[in-house]
Amino acid sequence: MRRPGGEPRVEVAAEAPWVRRLAILLAVLVLGLLLLLPLLAVATEALRRGWTPVVAAITDPDALAAIRLTLLIAAISVPVNTLGGLAAAWCIAKFDFPGRALLLALIELPFSVSPVISGLVWVLLFGAQGWLGPWLQERDIQIVFALPGLVLATIFVTFPFVARTLVPLMQEQGRSAEEAAATLGASGWQTFRRVTLPDIRWALLSGVLLCNARAMGEFGAVSVVSGHIRGETNTMPLHIEILYNEYQFVGAFAVAGLLALLALVTLAAKALLERSGDLARLRRPPA
Amino acid sequence: MQGFPVSRRSVAGAGLVLGTALAGGARAQGATQLLNVSYDPTREFYRAYNALFVEDWKRRTGQTIRASTSHGGSGRQARSVIDGLQADVVTLALAYDIDAIAERGLIDANWQSRLPQNSAPYTSTIVFLVRKGNPKGLRDWGDLAKPGVAVITPNPKTSGGARWNYLAGWAWAQRQPGGSPQAAETYIAALFRNVPVLDTGARGSTTTFVQRGQGDVLLAWENEAHLAFAEFGRGQFDIVYPGFSILAEPPVAVVDRNVDRRGTRAAAEAFLKGLYEPEAQSLAAQHFYRPRDPAALAAAGDRFPQLEMITIDDPLFGGWRKAQADHFEDGGLFDRLYRPGR
Repeated sequence: MRRPGGEPRVEVAAEAPWVRRLAILLAVLVLGLLLLLPLLAVATEALRRGWTPVVAAITDPDALAAIRLTLLIAAISVPVNTLGGLAAAWCIAKFDFPGRALLLALIELPFSVSPVISGLVWVLLFGAQGWLGPWLQERDIQIVFALPGLVLATIFVTFPFVARTLVPLMQEQGRSAEEAAATLGASGWQTFRRVTLPDIRWALLSGVLLCNARAMGEFGAVSVVSGHIRGETNTMPLHIEILYNEYQFVGAFAVAGLLALLALVTLAAKALLERSGDLARLRRPPA
Repeated sequence: MQGFPVSRRSVAGAGLVLGTALAGGARAQGATQLLNVSYDPTREFYRAYNALFVEDWKRRTGQTIRASTSHGGSGRQARSVIDGLQADVVTLALAYDIDAIAERGLIDANWQSRLPQNSAPYTSTIVFLVRKGNPKGLRDWGDLAKPGVAVITPNPKTSGGARWNYLAGWAWAQRQPGGSPQAAETYIAALFRNVPVLDTGARGSTTTFVQRGQGDVLLAWENEAHLAFAEFGRGQFDIVYPGFSILAEPPVAVVDRNVDRRGTRAAAEAFLKGLYEPEAQSLAAQHFYRPRDPAALAAAGDRFPQLEMITIDDPLFGGWRKAQADHFEDGGLFDRLYRPGR
């Protein structure tokens, strides 16, 4: 970060201005075509027949249930992943232990396997024909095709977001501050709360928000474990697919618009927080 | 290291949250809810029938019941029930899929004789949906195998409807003058050479044909064809009834193990029996399923044209088990005849 009133701006790129302009144009074009245009299409398709059918589609009991379910899943899986991701990142960045590289690789596993597999593993584990199926059935516990399965699949898919955001930052920050705190007699919790956490809070927030956006939007893994019971185990993305397949295009685009809006709000919150984070860091006097 | 207590605490916290989620998520059991696991094209029909049943059940027993449905490809839905989806009743596209559930012991082996008419309260058949004015002049099965015709059908390996499509064509070819298994193989190979894309389910194929405008003809359930026809206006498509087709009998069954555990047997049985009642039968006709009830069929007028229809129990097929083994298992006839991209 360049401090205001510090050294004069230094041009780091020596390319001719037209190269830069071309690059900017290209980026804007790609963003416009691939990101803005589809979002615009969703909005116009939804509003094709005015607001009334949009409101009707969103206040439909099945849609409301899907919205509630999606928010509930996010409300459970995001905190779990925040704590788990924080713990994992902390271990990896601050300690040396055997299997550290393996843990790092494991954290990235959900990014590299297909979401369908991320869903199927739970069916293989907890399904009636799965490893734990008979045991669970005897006790009348329903995991797959119910909320727990949906939560597990979402947690699995979105686990890397917090950890992946934190690990590089914590590694870069090193351990000297924590070691100093320990020497001065701080307890583990004090060190974490007063030394580690303040340094990573903005990255943590950004990871949490990304995690939340994906938790609400996940389709593949959730589709496998959902069972597609209307008004019960259909999340928003699944509900959108159902509406689309039932030729209710306005309804599908209305709910899709709402989901996109939720994601946009999340991203806007992230951008805002990052800005205020940067400002706060600027205001802090140099150590 | 000093830091570990905290990390242990966060792990414990994560475990606590997860545990709460698991405990709270176990579905509240009770007789107040009925889950019907069905296949794709019945969405509109069961939405209407659920409302009818809930009202009827309330009137007869005073109990408020909630009827929910789950829809998807027939084979995939059967798989979900096998994997533990708590269906009280299944209403699938073919007896074979219910047999698969019965094989796992969830449904009594003689389920098909428990309800009238092979446990199929309504029937359907396979028809052609063509572009307006039928520009390629497609009238019967033979026309579909001609060069230059693009046929849209889902994949018989994954879709119940697609198996009916395939078997109807197979039977037609055998019934032709000089028909033989060899002639039928040649016909099926030529037919599937004309298929540019195999979707996994019936609704997917309808979307491919109707929305993406692919293909000259869609092999469709009669009710799917009428639904697309009704949704997208009469200006775009025509429905062609071939001279010969297959009688599809989508069966229904109570999932014994689930209803006995959940205590929902009475409601589940009433739900299925109700499908044979006059009111449900005319509801089926409204949604373009052929009712079994002669009165409801007569009331539907010319909505369901008469045509010659073969059943799956014809010696040509020998029932679903044999048809499945001969045609659709891995290494079966379909695998040998279908050569994509040639």
